Amino acid sequence: MKKLDKDRLILGFAGPVLALVVAIALTTVVLYVSGSDPVEPYRIMFESATYVDIQVLIVNQAGTYYLAALAVAIGFRMNLFNIGVDGQYRLAAMMAALVGASVDLPGPLQIALIVIVAMLVGAFWSGIAGILKTTRGVSEVVSTIMLNSIATSLVAWLILPKNFGVQPAGSNNLTTGDIPESGWFPGLSMGAEAGEIYGFTFVAAACGILYWFVLGRTRFGFDLRATGASESAAQASGVDAKKMILTSMLISGGVAGLAGMPTLLGDTHTYSLDFPTGIGFTGITIALLGRNNPLGIAFSALLIAFLDKTSASLDQYGYEKEIATIMQGLIVISVVVSYELVRRYGLRRQQQKVGEELAAGGALATAHTAGRSDADGDDRGDENNNGKNQKEGAAL
Amino acid sequence: MRRITRIATVGVASAALALTATACGNKSSSDAASDSGESRAAIAYDVGGRGDQSFNDAAYVGLAKAEKDLKIKGNDAEPSDGESDADKVQRLTELARAGNNPVIGVGFAYAPAIKKVAEKFPKTTFGIIDDASVTGKNIANLVFNEEQGSYLAGVAAAKVTKTKTVGFVGGVETPLIKKFQAGFEQGVKETDPSVKVLSQYLTQPPNFDGFSKPDLGKAAAQGQLDKKADVVYAAAGLAGSGSIEATSKAGKWAIGVDSDQYAQKGLAAYKDQILTSVTKDVSDSVYNLIKSVQDGKPQTGEIRYGLDKDGVGLADSNPAYTKLTDVVAAVEKAKKEIVDGKITVKTTP
Repeated sequence: MKKLDKDRLILGFAGPVLALVVAIALTTVVLYVSGSDPVEPYRIMFESATYVDIQVLIVNQAGTYYLAALAVAIGFRMNLFNIGVDGQYRLAAMMAALVGASVDLPGPLQIALIVIVAMLVGAFWSGIAGILKTTRGVSEVVSTIMLNSIATSLVAWLILPKNFGVQPAGSNNLTTGDIPESGWFPGLSMGAEAGEIYGFTFVAAACGILYWFVLGRTRFGFDLRATGASESAAQASGVDAKKMILTSMLISGGVAGLAGMPTLLGDTHTYSLDFPTGIGFTGITIALLGRNNPLGIAFSALLIAFLDKTSASLDQYGYEKEIATIMQGLIVISVVVSYELVRRYGLRRQQQKVGEELAAGGALATAHTAGRSDADGDDRGDENNNGKNQKEGAAL
Repeated sequence: MRRITRIATVGVASAALALTATACGNKSSSDAASDSGESRAAIAYDVGGRGDQSFNDAAYVGLAKAEKDLKIKGNDAEPSDGESDADKVQRLTELARAGNNPVIGVGFAYAPAIKKVAEKFPKTTFGIIDDASVTGKNIANLVFNEEQGSYLAGVAAAKVTKTKTVGFVGGVETPLIKKFQAGFEQGVKETDPSVKVLSQYLTQPPNFDGFSKPDLGKAAAQGQLDKKADVVYAAAGLAGSGSIEATSKAGKWAIGVDSDQYAQKGLAAYKDQILTSVTKDVSDSVYNLIKSVQDGKPQTGEIRYGLDKDGVGLADSNPAYTKLTDVVAAVEKAKKEIVDGKITVKTTP
């Protein structure tokens, strides 16, 4: 068993590492072909990552990304592709800001209220897609994309001054009003120069631990993974698949709702027209790269945040900061390809081993094989997802 | 067991290394900034960045002019899509630390960031375009009376329309673009109450495609032309060029925005049908602020550019427009009345 674990670990790492190497190599080629220095931009990016204020930015951004990616990953484990994380996140942040600005409770209660509202709104929005899927068989891919657009229009309507929005005097922006100071989540100050790490970043980390525990160590998590791997098989073994689909969609939306909290509670304290967007889509990249593993997602979130923040100053040195965007795109492509390659290699290797063991004969080998196929059950679920994503990516 | 331990050791070791590297970075990005004797000024762009043929480009023109006339070194920085306030704070901080003075945020989205950064750099002048909500000793709020220029466009549109129907295409439905709509509609109605105004927005925030995608502007203008509009005023940045294309191909009048679009190279094929443009002199406001800092008397507080200072206005470079003497006369009259305060133009529709 131990030896098997090591194999899986190495294969697990091989995918992302291969993807990163390929992405960096291709980016370097792009840089070279476009006539820029192919190495200097990396040096600038690594150098700016040594500054403490940039590090704070990276960590804060990674916290937001982490939550969004967890939301996507919960769907993936269940074989659901929740593309609507972005819409759920924006609507949830907006409604939470609205409620937060209109009531004034003592500190922790105010924060708890805002967070709960955000989760409920996010869950409500993804729940629509969940109900459509379980009752009418509507693909969640289609419905969540549509719900993203509806969320955009809904937020735009709600934030009009004649409805719930506020236009500060002299400003051309629209906000939801300011959340009173009791609803500000205290951060961890890194010094006056560097700013502070949003307190909610630690909550994001806690969510990762919770994700690991619930999915890996509870019956519910097992049911969820089982249903994700094979709906009919799970049904046959007594799991209510439809209920699982709806539940996981609701949880995914609830976590998506949390993604806006680091920024809202730690920095802006209001939802305005320029609230960050696209977090949900970045979350998909990160969940893919992190292989739906809480630790993997954490590293991926840090990596993408690193690319985002350190590329920002490339402009100043005469390089295009879109280099980072190119690299992120290449990472997505190479992740899908390299995971498939690694999966095939793993499969072949396994078959080889089984062959060897069978050749050696004995009851011991049979026991091993049984253990192995069980352990691989959830892994295959992931791979199914990747295949599906690839197809959907092409369709998009 | 032993092998696992070795992997764990490697893992811990590399994590420790990474942490050490982090700990070494106990300095901030400002320390990298060099201080040269030469004067510097910087602008930080709004969504779309340089090359939007509109708002951001106008700011750049002002900076370029200052570089040439005032012999300063200009810097500019682009935003990322969907970025947060923290990113804007970072960008402005880096520009200020690098010794740029003034540092100008192009667009209202920079307001919260300017407020934070201006407090940290009391000796640097900060400019913000299109916002008067954040104030400070070292903040200059460069704001425009877009509604006044749009009112004149409404007067012109009401005068030239034959079908008694005119169109307004707004880029993104924000309070700023609503000022254009309000002024235009009022101008039309007060000139000829029988003229119908069709108003439409391309997108709602946070979807800012309505400022950048010409196909959206084209489709919207086409729809209004089908409803018998024969003058279409597009306040939609780059997307507006699609409206101009559709309107011009139909042989109807288009009204441009922000800069004199009759003179723009990209639109040369359609220029004969560009009746006029509502200009918004962002470039002069940028230049003036840089100059005031160079002269040692930095602008501060609200600097309003209205019709009176030609901060907004109506372009008259199309000879076809100046030939319509009655239209020009009506526009001049309305302009005088606004400057004299006889007409107050609304800022919300």
